[in-house]
Amino acid sequence: MAETGQAGAVTAPAIELRGISKRFAHVHANRDVSLVVEAGTIHGIIGENGAGKSTLMSILYGFYEADSGDILIDGQPVQIRSSHDAIDAGIGMVHQHFMLVDTFTVLENVVLGAETEALLAGNLAHARAELARLERDYGLAVDLDAPVGQLPVGDQQRVEILKALYRGARILILDEPTGVLTPQETDRLFEVLKALRGQGVTVILITHKLREIMAITDRVSVMRGGEMVAHRVTADTDREELAELMVGRKVLLRVDKGDASPGAAKLKVEGLTVRDGSGVTRVDDVSFEVRGGEIVGIAGVSGNGQSQLMEALAGIRPFQAGRITLGSEVIDPADPRDPAQMRALGLAHVPEDRHRMGLVTAFEADESSILGYHRDRSYTGAIMMKMKAIVADCLAKMGRFDVRPQQPHLRTANFSGGNQQKIVLAREMERRPEILLVGQPTRGVDIGAIEFIHQSLVAMRDAGCAVLLVSVELDEIMSLADRIVVMFDGRIVGEVEGSRADERTLGLMMANAMDDAA
Amino acid sequence: MGQVPSRLGSAPAWVGYALVPLVNITLAFLASGLVVLAIGEDPIAAMEFLVYGAFGYAEAIGYTLYYTTNFIFTGLAVAVAFHARLFNIGGEGQAYIGGLGVGLVCLAGDSMLPFALILPLCIVAGAAFGAAWAFVPAYLQAKRGSHIVITTIMFNFIASALMVYLMVNVLIKPGQMSPESREFAEAAWLPFMHEALAWIGIEVSRSPLNLSFIWALICGVGLWLLLWHTRWGYEIRTLGHNESAAVYAGISPPKVIVLTMCISGALAGFVGLNEIMGVQHRLLLNFTAGYGFAGIAVALMGRNHPVGIVLASLLFGALYQGGAELSFEIPTITREMVVVIQGLVILFCGALEYMLRPRIEALFRRPAAPQAAT
Repeated sequence: MAETGQAGAVTAPAIELRGISKRFAHVHANRDVSLVVEAGTIHGIIGENGAGKSTLMSILYGFYEADSGDILIDGQPVQIRSSHDAIDAGIGMVHQHFMLVDTFTVLENVVLGAETEALLAGNLAHARAELARLERDYGLAVDLDAPVGQLPVGDQQRVEILKALYRGARILILDEPTGVLTPQETDRLFEVLKALRGQGVTVILITHKLREIMAITDRVSVMRGGEMVAHRVTADTDREELAELMVGRKVLLRVDKGDASPGAAKLKVEGLTVRDGSGVTRVDDVSFEVRGGEIVGIAGVSGNGQSQLMEALAGIRPFQAGRITLGSEVIDPADPRDPAQMRALGLAHVPEDRHRMGLVTAFEADESSILGYHRDRSYTGAIMMKMKAIVADCLAKMGRFDVRPQQPHLRTANFSGGNQQKIVLAREMERRPEILLVGQPTRGVDIGAIEFIHQSLVAMRDAGCAVLLVSVELDEIMSLADRIVVMFDGRIVGEVEGSRADERTLGLMMANAMDDAA
Repeated sequence: MGQVPSRLGSAPAWVGYALVPLVNITLAFLASGLVVLAIGEDPIAAMEFLVYGAFGYAEAIGYTLYYTTNFIFTGLAVAVAFHARLFNIGGEGQAYIGGLGVGLVCLAGDSMLPFALILPLCIVAGAAFGAAWAFVPAYLQAKRGSHIVITTIMFNFIASALMVYLMVNVLIKPGQMSPESREFAEAAWLPFMHEALAWIGIEVSRSPLNLSFIWALICGVGLWLLLWHTRWGYEIRTLGHNESAAVYAGISPPKVIVLTMCISGALAGFVGLNEIMGVQHRLLLNFTAGYGFAGIAVALMGRNHPVGIVLASLLFGALYQGGAELSFEIPTITREMVVVIQGLVILFCGALEYMLRPRIEALFRRPAAPQAAT
């Protein structure tokens, strides 16, 4: 593929990869991949799950060795056989899942593995001085003496960045860094990245979120099916083009939906209050209703009670006050229902964390696809389960929801994120529920699958289902919801018509900065 | 789009289920050979005695299968609990109390009931007593969060003390010193295998092997059906893999914990069928002889699958029987030496299981050899 214009071509690029190939058994994870990253830039690498981004970065960081190809750092060919070699070459990596010891302080975590003296005290003193300098130069403020486990996720990520810089990294690789961050934390991360760039650090940002690419990168490279398919200067491209390059076909980024024609209220919540095990009020006197044929979106920074609200509605978590009305059925704290009873009342639930709750990753796909409905008479007789019917049912669902590969006996863990989510959605939607609770339907899901999932949700709405959607992706809420309810600190702080919502107003409500909202 | 194959692919199933255990056993015997060499005996001869003693003649096979029966019961007991991520260390106590139940039925009914009634009653009693002994720790775990490992260990001691009290003070046959009950009437004897086979015209040597072996195999099949073909098994496995998902699915963890532990205790209790009703024909002390604990190693080695457990039980049965023969034939290899050899097998097949498995599986995982990297 054509190289993009090389701005300051006088200095050698920070990283140059030439013809990198890597095979795992039958899978060509990287095929003749070439990449040039200019020094002092933020370079995005996008691609769907399985496109080969992570493999490429793992080769650069020494986790895998390439079958063929060359790596040049600052114009010099280098051999990277281990992460040690990578660190020596000035490469640092911030993993998607942090590699931190929760009970150690920030300072101890930074020093861990980079000790230069035998005694801990000397190391820590040295590190403290060095970190003070890094903090000054890059604006990376973190409380050095706080145990890492007590820090918010955004700060933990800063510790990872500090770790890399402390080890002398001039090239920083971030693997899906925003997956766990709130919008505010993401903004702060981007500030830091810009400060790093200002100091001459080269940043490689791996993501599948187009918005982030457009917001922060200077250049972007697109991977698909193990190959590098395009390099672009970010300013010269747009989201539509990048999405098309990633997926290999035109993708509709906007959700195509007609007007809602809501009917009677199917789910009514009045004064719902949920306290957690330690007595903290998570959901505070929340009232709203969802009518058949509409999608109500709950916006909010994650951790403001949305998860507890959904779990209470699904019967997973007890609530302490208020009433939930499903059709003609009234549920109050004195007369709780378990999740199986809620399902029997026509409520389906796509949980926000499919690995923790929505699936059993160790199960075969057909076993995961009956979770929660395993007592249904179509799946089990008086004693024996109807294994053939279960497999046939799973296969039919896989066909209708385009789950790939269509192998009911494959372990759930071996499906990609998007396909796992489709297994959950198929299970919950095919029951034709009256009420559908959906949490983070597209978290960690490929862009091609997102399109499909959004269309399915709209189709459920149009079929008369009452859909309650929780998402931390504001874009998703705004494009799907007919009405948007904003939660802050367990309370509902505002409600907006979906068609009239704008990002600024919602953002202010989510930060509870509008006293007169709603 | 489409499938993202797991990053490293996976090795063929036979590698995990057959090759790895085989390599582990081979290593265990090599290490045992070194021990035998160290005390100045011929390891090849020792190995020959061991195998001959376990499988060399009909009576030996009978003894091997008799031991195997106990290991199947306790191995299945540990395995079913493990599928719900419960570590049942109390198989020993549950087997002990299960045996008490069997013995009580025999003592009460042998003079008036026919065998056809005593047998099902004994099966029910063994299961019920074993299950009851597992129920208390299970209930404490489910409702109070008391750790099941601790409580089941404690219940082993309680079972042991209770049995001593009962045998010494209540059930002892009057007029004798040893704490044993009276012998059951023959109506309450589970037929030996050689007797059963004689009825259909097959003559085999006498051995303690009895019909409980058949029941053990039936239990294995039953457990397989329960775990993988019923909704109760589905719930047990869901809870074991992911408790949050179980709650999401409307499964009540306390109910499943209690149910699973009762099944586990019932299976352990069946040891009493073999030992009390099948072989001893009286109640006595210490008939469980560590089978409950060995069940943990059996389940581990059998990878918690009934087929694996039957095979692992056969290996353990062979080691028990062949080991006894070995120490008889080569007196310098004492009973304790045989225990060392058994320990090595458990060490290599159980504890060190994960030492070799990743490497062996990695060997078979990448058929496309990586080209030389530049």
